[in-house]
Formats: sequence, C-alpha cells, structure tokens
Amino acid sequence: MTTLVSLRGVSKTFDSGLRAIGNLEFNVEQGDFLSLVGPSGCGKSTVLRIIAGLLQPTSGAVTFAGPKPKMGFVFQEPTLMPWATALGNARLALDLTLVARHEAERRAREALVRVGLGGFEGAYPRELSGGMKMRVSIARAIAAQPKLILMDEPFAALDELTRQALNDDLLKLWREDALTVVFVTHSVFESAYLSSRVAVMTPRPGQIAKEIALDAPVDRKAQFRLSPEFALSAGKVSAALTDAMQRASA
Amino acid sequence: MSRAFQWLVPIALGVLILAIWQVVVRRMEIPVYLLPAPSDIAKALAGNFWSLLASLWTTLRVTLEAFALAVMGGVALAVLFSQSRTVETALYPYAVVLQVTPVVAIAPLILIWIGYERIELALVLIAWIVAFFPILSNTTLGLRSADHNLIDLFRLYGASRWQILRRLQLPNALPYLLGAMKIAGGLALIGAVVAEFVAGSGTATGLAWRIIEAGNRLEIAKMFAALFLLAALGVAIFSALSVVEWLLLRHWHESAVRKQL
Repeated sequence: MTTLVSLRGVSKTFDSGLRAIGNLEFNVEQGDFLSLVGPSGCGKSTVLRIIAGLLQPTSGAVTFAGPKPKMGFVFQEPTLMPWATALGNARLALDLTLVARHEAERRAREALVRVGLGGFEGAYPRELSGGMKMRVSIARAIAAQPKLILMDEPFAALDELTRQALNDDLLKLWREDALTVVFVTHSVFESAYLSSRVAVMTPRPGQIAKEIALDAPVDRKAQFRLSPEFALSAGKVSAALTDAMQRASA
Repeated sequence: MSRAFQWLVPIALGVLILAIWQVVVRRMEIPVYLLPAPSDIAKALAGNFWSLLASLWTTLRVTLEAFALAVMGGVALAVLFSQSRTVETALYPYAVVLQVTPVVAIAPLILIWIGYERIELALVLIAWIVAFFPILSNTTLGLRSADHNLIDLFRLYGASRWQILRRLQLPNALPYLLGAMKIAGGLALIGAVVAEFVAGSGTATGLAWRIIEAGNRLEIAKMFAALFLLAALGVAIFSALSVVEWLLLRHWHESAVRKQL
C-alpha cells in the first residue's frame, strides 16, 4: 500500500482559544475507506478541512505522496447552489477548472446517472428531496474525478432507509473508481458497515485513540448488517470509542 | 381565492368609492376648487391629455435615468465593498450620510451647482441620491451572505476571486438586489418629484411642476389628474419590477414558489 496523505503532529487552536485537535497522527493509504469516529465536537470536521487545505494547522504538517491529489468534499448539508440545476451543480468543479463545455457537461451527466439521478439533470435543488440533493452533492464530488473524497457526516440528516441506500451507492462508487475516502461520522454502525479502517478519536482536543483495521467492504449488501462479522466490527469500534471517552474523563 | 376574485374585489371597491365621491360632491354642491368630482377630474385629464402625457414622459425619463444609475452605481460599489474591507470601511459612513440627509435640504445646492441650464441633470442627480442607498446596502448584504461551505468548495477547486464573485456571490445577491430595486424604483420617482418641486418655476416641465402650476391657478381638477398619472406611474414601475423579479427567480427561489395549502 502507498500512503496518500500523512498527518504528523497536527494540532489546531482557533483564534477563540479553542483547542480543536492536538497532536494528531495518522496516514491515509491509497484505496482506504477510512472513517473518523468520535464524540461530537472532537474536531473531526477540522481534520477534514486541514487535509483539504481550507484550514492551516497551528503546528504539525500534512504531507502528500507526490503532488497534492485532486480532492472532492461532501458536507453534512448538500450545499448546492439553489439557482443552478442538478446538472449545473454537478459540473461546478469542471467549470471552475475550465474543462471544455461539452466535456464538462458529458462528465456531469455521467456522474448524475451514476448516483441514480438520470433524468433529473434539469431539476432545481428545491424540487429535490433531501436524499436526492445529497446525491447531487456526491455527483458534484465525483464528476471532477478526484483521487480523494472527504466526507463530513454526509448522511447524518437523512432517514435510515435513504442513508442505507446511499451507503451502498457510495461503496459502489468507491470500488468502481478505486477512490480513497475519508469519512467523518458519529455513527458506530455506519463506520463498521463502510470502512476498511476506522480511526477512533478522543474528545477535544481530538487525537487518534485507536485505529481498527476491518475487512475491506468489497462485497457488502444489506444482509451484511445482520451478519456476525458486522456485529463484531461494530463491537470493536464501540468498545474503542467507550474506552476513548472514559480515558478522557478519567 | 380565485385569481379573478383577487382582481375584482379591489376594482369593485374603487368603483364604489368613486361613485360615492361623485354623488356626495354633486349633492352637497362642493365647489370644484375645493374638491372636484371624479367626472371633473376625468374631463381635466381628457382636456389636457397630450400636455400631461408630455409631462409624464419628462418625469418618467428622469426617474428611469436615476433608477438605472442607482442600480449600476449601487451594484458596482457593493461589488467593490465585497472585494475590499478597507474600501468599505472608508466609504460606507459617507454613503450613510448621503442617505440620512434629507434630500429636500441638499436639492437647492445641487440645483445651484449644476445650474438651471442643465436642469434635467440636476433632477436626475437628486433622484439618484434617494434611490441609490437601498441598492447598495441590500446588494452588499447579498454578496456577503453566500454559503460559507460553498465558498470553501470554490476555494478547494482553486476558484479565482472573479469566479467566486461571478458564479457564487452575484447569483446569491440577485434576490436581495431585486427586492432593493422594487424599493428604489418607487424612491427614484419620489426623488424626481421632490426635485421638480424644489426646482420649481417653469424650468422643470414634469408632472410635479404641473401640479404646482395647477395649484397656483386653482385648477384643482387638473391637479388631481396629474396626481392620478403620478400614482399610475408609480404602480406601473412597481409592477414592471415585480415581473422582472418573477422572471428571474421563478425557477429556484423560495419566494417564487406557490405554497399548496
């Protein structure tokens, strides 16, 4: 495995004096589906923003193997431009990087079809349901053909059925495009279902308490949620999380 | 409520009030120099139709010129503010001063500086001062309230300031600008009328001047006729801007969505 991103001694203290993360160390390997799990307010989102280069760490460094890879970012909210159609939103990254018009349109259309929104190209965000908006948001991320996708609790606001459907679709995209995903969640079960690796974080200032390697989610179906392996994985993550919380309060 | 009903109710009320007005004036034999009957006003309107229409055109021209300049100037300055905090900090207080100083008090100065030989320019400038501020302040707010996560996303994709402005901040400011335009359209008309009032005596030939002139001659019916045209002009400007707003926002903005009850 080759390391795609490596964080060494990364900490972030905001101007308000809030110490969000302290001395964070971990690697993101090529092809990882890495979940960051932790209690709310432990700086998970801050970590993603630092990897994306949207925030500068107070100390420590983020290094990439080779040039900075193309990245996509999916927020907790769909964060679409309400004045643009699904297609207009999906092609945003391509338009900003000045990809030729027809090529941008072709790739954005293809991305929408891949997230199951073929036929909704001309729909405006307000005409779409919450799950469909999130699909547009994912299409926007994959249309730019990134190597690394950073996802900040993207499905937290969705109902359970929609969330499970999107989990499966996301895994399919991950496999087909050989993506690397860093996925922030506070759901133990979601992390156990999706991840090839889970990094459990401590409460603020967030650090990695434990890294847990799971079987790569190469062939997951809904039944997997009922299997003993799934229960075992969820149990491991849950135990590590409880441990991290207890050590912090001790 | 059906659409036809929505139109019919206010029209029926208007007709009723005009009828009562007509009957009361005739029955009580109120002299025409105090309160003319609607029929007298209609007669005055018909009798002076072309000269009043020419005045209407003068006022409309001043209003539209001032409005167009207010939109262009307001948007340009708001864009400048969004790009530079320093410029905003330096200029904003003066924009506020311009806004809060009563225009009637500045108008005589402007008339003297610009001169009566270029009266229309002076009128446009006065109307512009009144209409300018809502455009500036609303557009500034709209440019600044773009979704922060979207701005981050634009930055992640390496967008330039120009791209962020054109593709994110300007579309985001559009509903704010259109709302401000509806206010500024009415204000530009008020500004034009005030300017004509202050300019006075024969140099200005717009509707406001016709009202003063008719008042001096005690032609009250003609005053009402001119007033009626002014009100109609105001309504027309507002309606036109409402249509523009609807055309631009109907696809995506919540304000354009008809809620099912």
